[in-house]
Amino acid sequence: MKSVIKGAGYILVHTPDMVIHNGTTQTTERIVNPESEYLKELPSHIRSFEQVLAYYPNQVYIGNVTPDELAEIPQPWSDKACPSHERYGQFGQIMPQEEFILLMQACDVFELVLLDRSFVAKYKDQLAANPIVDESIMARVNEGVDIAEIERLVAEEHSEGIYDNNVLVGCVNRAHDIDVNLSAHTMLENIVSKASSVVALISAIKNAGINKEDVEYVIDCCEEACGDMNQRGGGNFAKATAEIAGLANATGSDTRGFCAGPAHAMVEAASLVASGAYKTVVVTAGGCTAKLGMNGKDHVKKGLPILEDMLGGFAVVVTQDDGVSPVIDLSILGRHTVGTGSAPQNVIGSLVTDPLDRVGLKVTDIDKFSPEMQNPDITKPAGAGDVPLANYKMIAALAVKRGDIQKSELASFTKEHGLTGWAPTQGHIPSGVPYIGFARNDIMAGKLNRVMIIGKGSLFLGRMTNLFDGVSFVIEANNGNTNAEAGVSEDEVKKMIAKAMREFASSLMGQEE
Amino acid sequence: MDLENQRRVKALAEQYGPENTVVLLGAAEGEAAGLAAETVTNGDPTFAGPLTGVQLGLRVYHVCEPEVKAEFDPDVYSEQVEMMEMVLDVDDIVNEMTAIREQYCKY
Repeated sequence: MKSVIKGAGYILVHTPDMVIHNGTTQTTERIVNPESEYLKELPSHIRSFEQVLAYYPNQVYIGNVTPDELAEIPQPWSDKACPSHERYGQFGQIMPQEEFILLMQACDVFELVLLDRSFVAKYKDQLAANPIVDESIMARVNEGVDIAEIERLVAEEHSEGIYDNNVLVGCVNRAHDIDVNLSAHTMLENIVSKASSVVALISAIKNAGINKEDVEYVIDCCEEACGDMNQRGGGNFAKATAEIAGLANATGSDTRGFCAGPAHAMVEAASLVASGAYKTVVVTAGGCTAKLGMNGKDHVKKGLPILEDMLGGFAVVVTQDDGVSPVIDLSILGRHTVGTGSAPQNVIGSLVTDPLDRVGLKVTDIDKFSPEMQNPDITKPAGAGDVPLANYKMIAALAVKRGDIQKSELASFTKEHGLTGWAPTQGHIPSGVPYIGFARNDIMAGKLNRVMIIGKGSLFLGRMTNLFDGVSFVIEANNGNTNAEAGVSEDEVKKMIAKAMREFASSLMGQEE
Repeated sequence: MDLENQRRVKALAEQYGPENTVVLLGAAEGEAAGLAAETVTNGDPTFAGPLTGVQLGLRVYHVCEPEVKAEFDPDVYSEQVEMMEMVLDVDDIVNEMTAIREQYCKY
C-alpha cells in the first residue's frame, strides 16, 4: 500500500509580548545584564500585527505567496510590504496574540492558565469567529478571574505572566511546588506548543478534506518535552493535542530528533500507513517560545525589527493511496547513520546521493530540494548566512564531484533545484517540511515530478552524543495505479505454488532415476 | 562562539599550555570564522562566555586555509573537506583569519 500526502497546514502566531518575556535571549539578558542597552532598545523594534501580516516570508508560509514569487523579491524583505497581507491563506493562518492567549487557556486542562475576566470578555467573540475554532473548543474557554488574583499569583506564587501590549492579562501557574519539569515556565512553553499545534492540526485536517473521525494516529514532532521529575519527557503532546482538536478515534505518540524530528515523523507516518497499521496519520508540531527573538541582539544592533516574533506550526495528513495525491516513496529514504561521520560531504552524501544511488537516480532527477528552509532575512544579519542557499551549494558541489553536473552549472543548479527560504527560525519548523504544501500543489499540477525533503538535527545540543543527525525522503507524482503493489491474485498464487511443487517433485524423481 | 566550546577551549589551553594549543575552525562564513577566531585570541566579543576578557592569543586557523590544507593527507582532505572548499568563500575566510591572527595571536 502506498502512502500519500493528503494535505498540509501551516500556521503562524504573532507573539510580540512573548518575545520580551519568554524568549531565552531576552530572559538570559535580564539575568546577566538587566540594565543592558539591548533590553532598553528592544520594545521599539517590536512589529505590529499589521506589519507581520505584510511581511513577505509570513505570507509565503501560509500559502498566499509562492516560494518562486518570493525569490523574485530583492532582499532584505523586512523593509518591504507584501501586497498580500491577509491573515488567512490556503495552508492556514496568522493568528493574533489575543486569540492565541484565549486558545492557550482552552488547551489547558489543569486550570493552570488564568486570564483576566475583562480580557476574556473582550476577545472571546474574536476567537469564536476563527474558522478552526468550533463549539467544543469555545466550551473550554472559561470566563476568567479578577486581575488582582493574577497579580498576586505572579508576585507570590512563581506564576509566569501572560502579557498583551505589555499589560499583564493572565498567568500560567506552576503545576508542582518543587518539580522544575512542572514549573510555570515549563508549563507555559508546553501549553504554547500544544495550542499552536492544535491550530496547525485542525488546519491540515480541513485542508486535506478528511473528517476528524478518520484520523487514527497523530505524531507530534516539536522540540519540547512534557513530563514530571520521574519521567522528564514522558509525553504525550500528540494525544493531548488530538484531544483538543476533537480527534476521538486517534491515539498518538511523540517523536523527537531536534530539527530532524519532523522528517523522522513523516517517514514514520508514511510507514505506518504503508504497512496498513493505520489508514490516516497526521504529523504535527507547535511552536517554541524560547526561540522568539533568538537573534534579537543582532537585529536591534543593525536597526532591524525583531523578526523572530512568530511562533510556527505545521501539520501534514498522510493517508492510504487515493490515486491522485503525491506519494511518499519509502524506497528512497536517506539517513545519516552513526557511522556516517560529521564531514559535510558525508552528511550530504548520506541524505541526498546515497538514497538516489540505491534506485539509480541522479541528483538532477530531483526537481526541488527542501533542506533547512530558514528565512535568510532573519539569519543573514545574525551572521549565519543564507542557510538554504548553503545547503544547495553543498548539494551542487557533491553533484559536481559525482559528475552529475558540470562545475560551470553550480550557480544555475541552486536556482533551478533550490528554493528561497521563508520559514521562521523555530528550530524544527524550518527543517524541510515547510515546502510539503507547495510541493503537493506543484506535483498535482504537473509542474514537478519529484521533490526531496531533508531534515537535519543538531543532536549534540542535548549533550548525549556529539553526533549530527538527518533523514530525507522523496515525494513524487502519483501514477494513479493504486493496485500496482497488490500484485497477483490468490488463484494465481495457488497456481504458482502448484507449478513449483510439480517441478520440485519431478526434479526429485529425476534424481532417483 | 558557543559558551560550552569557549569553556572547553579555555580548559584545554590551561591543561596543555596556550603555546601548545591550536584551534581549528570549520565555520561556513568569513564573519563567523572571524568572530570565533577573535574569541580564542582577544576574548569573547559578545561578553557572554567564559572567554570574556580572557586574551588567550591562541593560534587559530580555518580548515580551508592553505597552511592547514598542506598538513593533511590529500586523500583525507578530498574525502572530508573538498566539497565544502568548493562551496565556501575561501578568500574571504583567509582574509578574516589572517587579520585576526596578525592583530591578536601571541604565538
